[in-house]
Amino acid sequence: MLQLFSLSSRTNASESNVSWRPLRALASIVLAIACLHLGAAWADADANAKDGGVLNLVSQPEPPSLSHAVVTHVSTQYVSGKILQGLLTFNTQLEPQPVLARHWSISPDHLTYTFDLQEGVRWHDGQPFTADDVVFSFKDFYPQTDKRQGDIFAEYVASIDKTGPLQVVFHLKKPFAPLLSSLGSGLRPIVPKHLYEGTDYRNNPYNLNPVGTGPFVFKEWKRGAYIRLVKNPDYWIQGLPHLDEIVFHVLPDATSRAAAFERDDVQVLRSGDADYADLSRLSALPGVVSSDKGYELYAGLAFLQFNVRKPPLDNVKVRQAIVYALNRQFVVDNIFFGAGKVAQGAFASNTPYHDPKLPQYGYDLAKARALIKESGVDVSKTHIRLLNGEKGGAWERLAEYTNASLQPLGFKVDVVTSDAATWFQRVSNWDFDLTYNFTFQIGDPYLVNSYLYRSDNIVKTSPFGNVGGYVSARTDALWQQVANQPEGPERTQSYSELENQLNEDLPIAPIFEMRFPTLYHSEVKNLLQTATSLNESYDSVYLERKAP
Amino acid sequence: MTWIAYLGRRLGRALAVILGVLIISFCLVRLAPGDPASLMAGEAGVDDAQYIQNLRHSMGLDQPLAQQLWTYLRHAAQLDLGYSYRNQATVWSLIAERLPATLLLMGSGFLLSALIGVAMGVLAALSHRRRGIADRFISHAALVLYATPSFWLALLLVLVFSVLLDWLPAFGMASVGVELHGWRWVLDYASHLLLPALSLSFMFLALYVQLTRSAVLESLNQEYVRTARAKGLKPGRILYDHVLRNALLPVVTYAGLQLGQLASGSLLIEVVYAWPGIGRLLYDALTQRDYPLLLGVFLVISVLVVVFNMLTDLLCRVIDPRIGAGGQRS
Repeated sequence: MLQLFSLSSRTNASESNVSWRPLRALASIVLAIACLHLGAAWADADANAKDGGVLNLVSQPEPPSLSHAVVTHVSTQYVSGKILQGLLTFNTQLEPQPVLARHWSISPDHLTYTFDLQEGVRWHDGQPFTADDVVFSFKDFYPQTDKRQGDIFAEYVASIDKTGPLQVVFHLKKPFAPLLSSLGSGLRPIVPKHLYEGTDYRNNPYNLNPVGTGPFVFKEWKRGAYIRLVKNPDYWIQGLPHLDEIVFHVLPDATSRAAAFERDDVQVLRSGDADYADLSRLSALPGVVSSDKGYELYAGLAFLQFNVRKPPLDNVKVRQAIVYALNRQFVVDNIFFGAGKVAQGAFASNTPYHDPKLPQYGYDLAKARALIKESGVDVSKTHIRLLNGEKGGAWERLAEYTNASLQPLGFKVDVVTSDAATWFQRVSNWDFDLTYNFTFQIGDPYLVNSYLYRSDNIVKTSPFGNVGGYVSARTDALWQQVANQPEGPERTQSYSELENQLNEDLPIAPIFEMRFPTLYHSEVKNLLQTATSLNESYDSVYLERKAP
Repeated sequence: MTWIAYLGRRLGRALAVILGVLIISFCLVRLAPGDPASLMAGEAGVDDAQYIQNLRHSMGLDQPLAQQLWTYLRHAAQLDLGYSYRNQATVWSLIAERLPATLLLMGSGFLLSALIGVAMGVLAALSHRRRGIADRFISHAALVLYATPSFWLALLLVLVFSVLLDWLPAFGMASVGVELHGWRWVLDYASHLLLPALSLSFMFLALYVQLTRSAVLESLNQEYVRTARAKGLKPGRILYDHVLRNALLPVVTYAGLQLGQLASGSLLIEVVYAWPGIGRLLYDALTQRDYPLLLGVFLVISVLVVVFNMLTDLLCRVIDPRIGAGGQRS
């Protein structure tokens, strides 16, 4: 800009042939500075236009804790994701992006991961964020609070070392491809060492009054009413966040949530906040945007869980017949009102772990009957209990639809509906024949999905393990193989073999890939930016001012 | 029977009722399937058997049931209602945080239903004597209100007054993040309270209308009313001094019962309007199998019911001095 003005002034001076050069040069400089200031003022005005405002969100159910370092419940992640941050996050192509780690490198042998941390980051209480916090989080905190993480680290990680005030190195015993996936902000936020060291991590009072590095600071939790976060004035990214406050309103009734959204009392409804039957009406309201983006990392899968210990479900042909008898497209279109697509295999079809050539179970009643005949099992002799948990109206309709669909094959199905606590206990204790459940893939299937299938996870503790009792030496070996292989064609091949084997054995019948429509008012900007958008920090989210 | 003896006997009965409620609630809650430790572990994303076992041990769930009951009663007698592991807070603090909201809602709902109900009942009775249309209108409206599910009516009120007309807030107890003082503060609370209190009052308003209407009609036909008229007393004075005073007794008795029902009946209204009261606390405690919190809320509700019933007895004594300390008419 300065050069341009200088050049212009020189040309004019030569034409006039008058010795005004010093004055003109001075005028040019003044003009240039004025323009620069004007430009900066415009930029400031632009930034100021984005700054301010309160974003109102729904918190349903009310979170049990405000730290997703100790409670991974989705309601906790939604709130805590604005306060606590991890080393990295993932874009919609599932590529890692920097958060508290500004840069990382992986050694050629895949045994050393070096993380360089952001500079100038401070915890909300003013203490500096350093490599000590990262080492403490992964070396002490998570191995104690999360058994799965502890087991994985015990098997794969040799040491986690601080090699500088802002540098941490993970040394592995053997390659572990899903390592980066397991270090995301959504799963493993960094906790402040100075507030947690030497305490009972799970009962630390800072789990309810979290201190993080994020763009928003915890201000107030009025139980049963709201959770209030306010802008962090010392946030480590200059100029961010834009919002003054975020308020999470605890609204237990779906119809009331829809009414609050219609009134613009809340600006965002996550999937599940509104009833599926209400989605099309709400998304058609003026100024409302509906989008499926922002859940790419979670990749939800609804599935039918078989208890393969119990006849006739111990027979693979019977399980295959059941899947053929279910019109899964009908389920998606008419029971979940289009909030999904028919599952194509055990792994999410939008991830590279899924084999696109996998044979599919289409809706085919004749084939289902033939398979029952081939199995040699008289399915009418045994009553099958379909345990239905309290997940909402659509899931109850799905249970009834399943009952109706299996009757033509001769099955006698008893749908047993129970509240969430009863369902939880019965499934955890393997006290069911069939039940519907869903899972999130969270990037690499090894991190979550493997626990649904691996025989070393047949334990009576949680409904999210191998509760069906599936045992397969071949798939166990393949899970181990994919864990140890670095990303590449060989690993893709292993995942393909694994998915094909699971598709044939069908210990779990994938029903549909869940679509998570988010509804939001159009004044909310930059909401869905990453693969875990709604649980992100919202540092760049702003409210576009409406014209007066 | 003297008043002291009467009150002593009533208090003794009240304590027995509360103890009975606690023991029965304790057993019922434990009979229901579901384990709080595994639920909490599930929410935390933990499937570690040792962690669940430790949690059960901390909650005392690994003790025999009789031992757990004895421990609970012993602590409750010392006003220690225990600790909610799910909420990481004492049961007292959780109840104390939510009880004022429910009392405010209950009180407002009660006042609205009683005042409007009694007024409409009197109006209907007087209209009935004149074969007026008001009686038919009020009686039919009361019947419709009685037959309408309260949560549906509550949603309808939100739709009309909050969404369509935008006159009143749709949820919550007060505006969030706004510093208000004086009348502005009162108005803010009142605007949030109006719809929930109205919705709650509709549940009982119809019964007040019918009760008052029939009681007033009965009183109007009594000889003492005829005498009062013959004495030339003004109609307003006859209505207030002779008719209403006698007609109020069944209404007050019902009001005492209603206050007890309101404590639990407010649950649906609290859910629809996101009112942070004890009803929702109870519901959450039940779904999460938070045993100490559940029993604590049961205890508070049973104490409220017992206290309201005692107050009703005393009020009846004030309205009708013929009722003796034993509760019977002399």
